Amino acid sequence: MHPDPDFHRPDITLPRRAGLGFKAEHFADALTAPVGFYEIHAENYLGAGGAPHAMLTRLRADHALSVHGVGLSIGGAGPLDRAHLARVKALVDRYQPESFSEHLAWSSHGAAWLNDLLPLPYTDETLARICAHIDAVQSALGRPMLLENPATYVTFAASTWSETDFLREIVRRTGCGLLLDINNVFVSATNHRSDPRGYLAEFPLAAVGEIHLAGHEAEDLPDGPLLIDSHSRPVADPVWALYAEVIARTGPLPTLIEWDNDVPAFAVLADEARRADRVMEGARHVAVA
Amino acid sequence: MSPSPDHAATEAAFHAALWSPDTPEGLAPADALERRFAVYRNNVRHGLTRALAARFPVVERLVGPEFFSAMAGVFAAAHPPVTPVLSEWGGDFPAFLSGFPPVAGLPYLPDVARLEALRGQAYHAADAPVADTAALSTGDPARLVLTLAPSVHAFASAHPALRIWQANQPGRAPAPPGSGPDHALIARRPDFAIVTEPLDAGSHAILNALLQGKPLGMAATRDPAPLLVLLLRHQLISRIGDRP
Repeated sequence: MHPDPDFHRPDITLPRRAGLGFKAEHFADALTAPVGFYEIHAENYLGAGGAPHAMLTRLRADHALSVHGVGLSIGGAGPLDRAHLARVKALVDRYQPESFSEHLAWSSHGAAWLNDLLPLPYTDETLARICAHIDAVQSALGRPMLLENPATYVTFAASTWSETDFLREIVRRTGCGLLLDINNVFVSATNHRSDPRGYLAEFPLAAVGEIHLAGHEAEDLPDGPLLIDSHSRPVADPVWALYAEVIARTGPLPTLIEWDNDVPAFAVLADEARRADRVMEGARHVAVA
Repeated sequence: MSPSPDHAATEAAFHAALWSPDTPEGLAPADALERRFAVYRNNVRHGLTRALAARFPVVERLVGPEFFSAMAGVFAAAHPPVTPVLSEWGGDFPAFLSGFPPVAGLPYLPDVARLEALRGQAYHAADAPVADTAALSTGDPARLVLTLAPSVHAFASAHPALRIWQANQPGRAPAPPGSGPDHALIARRPDFAIVTEPLDAGSHAILNALLQGKPLGMAATRDPAPLLVLLLRHQLISRIGDRP
């Protein structure tokens, strides 16, 4: 890996260990487990009070925290929802997480929120708009954010940028970092009949501040598999292999196990986290840039 | 070379196709394009349906999951969430049910939905202190103003909506719901449990008056003791003041 001249590695603010998505049903186990950090979806903690904030306050007291937004629609054609951004800012101000991240995707159209991460063409026009949105988010939050690469099922005829070049240019223009979701890389590459290793070779790894790993579902189509980013299963073996290759190049990075549907017992999640920690143990010798 | 559609047009076409059987223009050629686009359509519809079912589990139980999904799809298309905070979506679901002809045979259904919506509001309501209730026995009761926790709601239905809701809790065999109106207090205790307590009509009227800020003496047109017992037991009085 040679240093990228265009930007500096972002401050890695989360522990370079495995973390888990926090689930309320795992609260008691989560308090005492040797987990590097917990991640929450911002939109689940924007109520006024009650059990969600009581649990999060307790958890936050002695754990590193990542706040992961799913609602800002940074890749949307319309303006940012300023009222929603203000609520996210209040959450970030209250809990002072080590990291805030969002997605290269859109999730609302007009006033309607769609509850999914939808794809967009990669053009000069969308690049400029996304960079303006990220500038606004970083300015409102008073901190840099991480932007996550998407899992996609379609691409656009109008795209003139590769996804990796697009992300690299966003980083260069806005100073944000990247959240590398390796399951998303594998899902997208498989769906678009391309090579995930080629994608990762082009990915600006020097900007990565966090990694996501998750499980996916597969269905067979006549011309090849269609993988669906379901967060409902263990991380697949090919994704673990790609993860080990990335970590061998970057050294340990904060690594989240995402499992949001059909959530298993805490022990199953903890096993997945230990597996990621073991991969990173094997790479502790790698010089971190 | 024809000009590329702009971002707004691409997004609008993609969005329209989510709610139609068509695959939008502008996607790059790929095998099984319709099936690929259907993943997004299914994610959006399934995600919104599940979010609504999480807020209205008894409504789902009463109409069955398949009918609920279809009905939720109609509701989501007409009343999509206007915020990414999905726990705040569905406030107008009870009114939608009132005007949805296929459920006209279940006249209590909108009220069951209202009860479930109030429980959801109570879950996320702001925290509040618990008042020292000694003042209840020392002050002049007629002049006392009780500030209740923000999670406290008064519920009333001309139908046996509370009894139907109770009979349709997980693990309970549905029982005949009876008839006549139902009243309830819905709130969140300091230990975060959501309580749904049946009230008689008189206690419901007193609770409504207290929620409007009336002093106990004006609110209590009847014996306030049964209501006060509930408010004390569940620690729902956050401040006791004296009316000047």
